[in-house]
Amino acid sequence: MSHLAVTKTYKLFIGGAFPRSESGRTYQARDDDGNFMANAALASRKDLRDAVVAARKGYAAWSKATAYNRGQVIYRLAEMLESRKAEFVELIMISTGASTKTATAEVNASIDRLVHYAGWTDKLAAVLGSSNPVSSPYFSYSTPEATGVVGILAPTGTPLLGLISVIAPVITGGNACVAVAAEHDPCVAITFAEVIATSDVPAGVINILTGKITELAPHLAGHADVNALDLTGADAELRTSLEQSASETVKRVYVPKGVPDFTAAPGIARLRAFLEIKTVWHPTGALSLSGGTAY
Amino acid sequence: MEWEYSPAPESSAIADIKDRYLPFIDGTFKEGNGEDRETINPGTAKRLSTVSTVNDADIDRAVNAARQAYENVWSDMSGAERGKFLFRIARGIAERSRELAVVETLDNGKPIKETRDFDVPAAAQHFFYHAGWADKLQHLGLGPAPRPLGVAGQVIPWNFPLLMAAWKIAPALAAGNTVVIKPAETTPLSILVLAEIIADADLPPGVVNIVTGAGDVGSTLVNHRGIDKVAFTGSTAVGRRIQRELAGTGRKITLELGGKGANIIFDDAAQDQAVEGIINGIFFNQGQVCCAGSRLLVQESIAEEFTERLKQRIETLRVGDPMDKNTDVGAINSEAQLDRITALMKAGIAEGAELWSSSCPLPKNGFYLSPSIFTNATPSMRIAREEIFGPVLTTMTFRTPDEAVSKANNSPYGLSAGVWTEKGSRAMGMAAALRAGVIWDNTFNRFDPAASFGGYKESGFGREGGPSGLAAYLDTDDEVVTQ
Repeated sequence: MSHLAVTKTYKLFIGGAFPRSESGRTYQARDDDGNFMANAALASRKDLRDAVVAARKGYAAWSKATAYNRGQVIYRLAEMLESRKAEFVELIMISTGASTKTATAEVNASIDRLVHYAGWTDKLAAVLGSSNPVSSPYFSYSTPEATGVVGILAPTGTPLLGLISVIAPVITGGNACVAVAAEHDPCVAITFAEVIATSDVPAGVINILTGKITELAPHLAGHADVNALDLTGADAELRTSLEQSASETVKRVYVPKGVPDFTAAPGIARLRAFLEIKTVWHPTGALSLSGGTAY
Repeated sequence: MEWEYSPAPESSAIADIKDRYLPFIDGTFKEGNGEDRETINPGTAKRLSTVSTVNDADIDRAVNAARQAYENVWSDMSGAERGKFLFRIARGIAERSRELAVVETLDNGKPIKETRDFDVPAAAQHFFYHAGWADKLQHLGLGPAPRPLGVAGQVIPWNFPLLMAAWKIAPALAAGNTVVIKPAETTPLSILVLAEIIADADLPPGVVNIVTGAGDVGSTLVNHRGIDKVAFTGSTAVGRRIQRELAGTGRKITLELGGKGANIIFDDAAQDQAVEGIINGIFFNQGQVCCAGSRLLVQESIAEEFTERLKQRIETLRVGDPMDKNTDVGAINSEAQLDRITALMKAGIAEGAELWSSSCPLPKNGFYLSPSIFTNATPSMRIAREEIFGPVLTTMTFRTPDEAVSKANNSPYGLSAGVWTEKGSRAMGMAAALRAGVIWDNTFNRFDPAASFGGYKESGFGREGGPSGLAAYLDTDDEVVTQ
């Protein structure tokens, strides 16, 4: 018996929900051979602003979550991705023309990348923070905190591994993000959003927009409630103009020094780029209670 | 009975102020090719000295000298040897500390007790601390052999001229970089005395270059193609401009910009201690401090009583001759800065806040302002939002801890905040909730080279001091790239 396939409508992922673009616009995602794959939402400036509002709310919840909890949630993302591995392999093969072997390797690396970051959440303070031996009667410590809302331009190439490699370090530190998916690969990105939606990630922590990077990126860079930018997915010319806009509100900007090799072990530059070091001073009083002459 | 203080002036002869100061490039003091600038003693409004400034060709020369020194000497030297040079400089500052304190007070206008007890010893300590890092960079957690960036272009402000020079030069050199640094045009002297100390320490020529002049020199410097790293401390407006100008260059930037620090007083605070902390927070260095506690948030139930205590204490502050050892509040650094402060105060009055000022007498000559408080201010007023950079406190009230947090965080800035409460859990909870780079619990304006300092949001990025301050001068980009 024949069955007419029920095709999926790819929408945006904002605040934990899957809305269409408020503009009503769509664009056609095409496979590696240039054939029609699906209609994807063509996000507008308004969608981007909605996503930033959602991310600000997501940040409030996520940055207060314990590091242990954040690690568990990111690990849960890996679990859910593993369970849908076959679907992603097929999608990547269609979208990029990759072989089964290559696509499988990409999905495996993506799962492992999430597991890697899941283990980072409760080590950041030990690695990047310090207890400060100040020369006055104070207990002083420095500790990393999330920067806030991070705008991400996801890279092209490996649609799943690239997207996860830029999103995971951002959320690991407690940030929320608005990620603009690679224009060519909306289907992989939004399918990954389904993984997010079923992984206990609080609404708004990860928001994914599909559409034109040249249309959306300037608004992201100029948005006053975005604290930082990852420009991995922008070309050199666009990067310069976005960095200029970012300066208006002194945003932190991460620009890779070349084309990142996401198959290599990730360092900590991406984690560090979206963390602030906070130093706290607390008096210990003039008297030291830890010594004494009796012993 | 009337109790009066007798004048207790420090001797200005100790400074041995010369009639003319020269930029320090490639290990020598040489006439710059820019126009001469007079530097004024803010305490008297009279000329203190004349400084030769640099032009573009001099900046080229300085950057080239720094490049040569980096390539040929400094990057080849072992960390242990680099560290020994920094230890020498630390000792040199300590040995000439009294002279440096007097030079700083004469050129900057801040009280001698501050330069003597804080600025100069802290500068020496900063070199001492970073000297010890030079041969231990592999322990920073940045890999087995962290690499320096190259030549650092640094621009520093007038509020802590010597200390900011130390904050910039010491970590840069410890990490293996060479520097070209520009002091503020109103306070060039103490760093040029530091240059003498550096020369006496036999630091290889070109490792530290000091170029003098105004903002145009700084702008040329940070945009110079031979610079690998830019570090700027100053206003958010200029910081933004630098970030914009450097867009697309890939150069690592550290910006330490403005602030509007909230100082939060809970009803259970030890009020006398809190009063002292607020005084320190807003009148230290005449309030010309980027992390000044210029927004006072007092819990409503104690606001009236507390404000009265504060006013009484402010009345006892001695304002006047910066060279007098009893002076608490000295001179504003320049006439232009005094004008900026008074303009913002007028805006506060026009917007309906109530101004109260100490009745202290002010000297006839020089740039002085009575310590002042605005009450009945609201968060939307300019005096509650804009950095005033002067001895003027804006007070507001709150009812609940949540309201205090939301009011404190309602600012584009995020450099510092203070919390006053006797309840430890509340202090730590507030410290976590406040979006600022430095939080002081039951204290204010504490600094140490071992404790990193820097801002959130539009107060800038990057840190100075501590391990993260060193990271700002090392290549921390460990992402593997294919091209």
